[in-house]
Amino acid sequence: MDRMNRFFGDNLTCFRGGRFVFAGLSFAVEEGGALVLRGPNGSGKSSLLRMMAGLLPPSAGALAWDDGRIDEEPEAHHERFHYVGHADAVKPVLTVAENVEFWARLRTPEPDTRAALEAFGIDRLADVPGRFLSAGQKRRVNLARVLAAPVRLWLLDEPATALDADAVRAVEAAIAAHRARGGMVVASTHQALGLDGGDVLDLADFQGEDLDID
Amino acid sequence: MTNFVTILRRDLRLSFRQGMDSLMVVMFFVIAVVLFPFGVGPEPNILARIAAGVIWVAALLASMLSLERLFQTDYEDGSLEILVLQPVSLEVVVAAKVTAHWLTTGLPLIAAAPLLAVLLNMDAGGFAILILALALGTPSLSLIGAIGAALILGARRGGVLLSLMVLPLYIPVLIFGVSAVDAALGGFAARPHLLILSGLLLATVALCPWVGAAALRQAMRS
Repeated sequence: MDRMNRFFGDNLTCFRGGRFVFAGLSFAVEEGGALVLRGPNGSGKSSLLRMMAGLLPPSAGALAWDDGRIDEEPEAHHERFHYVGHADAVKPVLTVAENVEFWARLRTPEPDTRAALEAFGIDRLADVPGRFLSAGQKRRVNLARVLAAPVRLWLLDEPATALDADAVRAVEAAIAAHRARGGMVVASTHQALGLDGGDVLDLADFQGEDLDID
Repeated sequence: MTNFVTILRRDLRLSFRQGMDSLMVVMFFVIAVVLFPFGVGPEPNILARIAAGVIWVAALLASMLSLERLFQTDYEDGSLEILVLQPVSLEVVVAAKVTAHWLTTGLPLIAAAPLLAVLLNMDAGGFAILILALALGTPSLSLIGAIGAALILGARRGGVLLSLMVLPLYIPVLIFGVSAVDAALGGFAARPHLLILSGLLLATVALCPWVGAAALRQAMRS
């Protein structure tokens, strides 16, 4: 089988809450590539990422991986990516290590939780329950989940929120290493984050106000 | 299957560390049943006559009490969104979470039931059938309830809505659960009633994870 690993969307439209959030948007990411989503608040960065994850069906257009549409084989698509959204999904009564390990175990039988925690400098918190973590630490736990089970595509929605400078550097290093291995990243962010050389998609260019469709 | 066990273990762990949930369900069950002698008077014959029905109705309400949180906490902290995006079929996720719900609420109810039967002066001949009927019926309650719990995600005042949706669906389980005990107490065969309860359980096992998963997918889209 030809495994060229190309993730792309064609002519995507997002219609939510009675208005077109964006329309006629196309993108493509290839092996080792990165796509940076920019645009003002409400321009549909999160909606586009949710579409890429298959959480939100596009109002028009299609998303595909190589030649297969993602909505036709959702589980095969889920295997390929990690999605980091706004909520950190850290359980207050589970320890940091248990939180990360649970998610990783759903993908690999023997996850390397330790290394993932070390990468984000939270290995010393491994036995601390989630309820004692700060917002930035919770975000680190959520990002460690991504490292603990390697996949090809990372979908990151404002990954640097609540992170300090050290953690942002850790994210940069992780993204660079992921891309060096041929991984792909799509991120909405206002920082560099090791996404240099990646394509920039400005969602302000696809605003649908002037579209006249009823 | 490994994913089923992984999710089941995580939910059991969450439930044990939070602790209070199971305890509150059992306490509610006990208090609801204990209210009846105060309401209808301490007449042993009357209490014995209504014992099976009272215990079953209280068990229905107690089991429903904890249903609201079945998916709600995961929904609020973003875990559900990530669970939906794992390469695990959502039906397995629902089945695992329902199993954990039954183990942490249904099982304690069954354990407390004989004690309450004694309290209501039920004839000892009905105890075994009562336990058996509860063991067959309460998993159905958790399974049916999972559909309601998935449908109320994102709704305000979800708990009330949940009871309005789920309680009518509990009626078949209630009817055959009570009639099994009544049959045993009246000297008739309880087997047919238990077989119907088993049939209901098989039907809910076959249907509810799929319906619940569909409801979750819908909830994630909004």
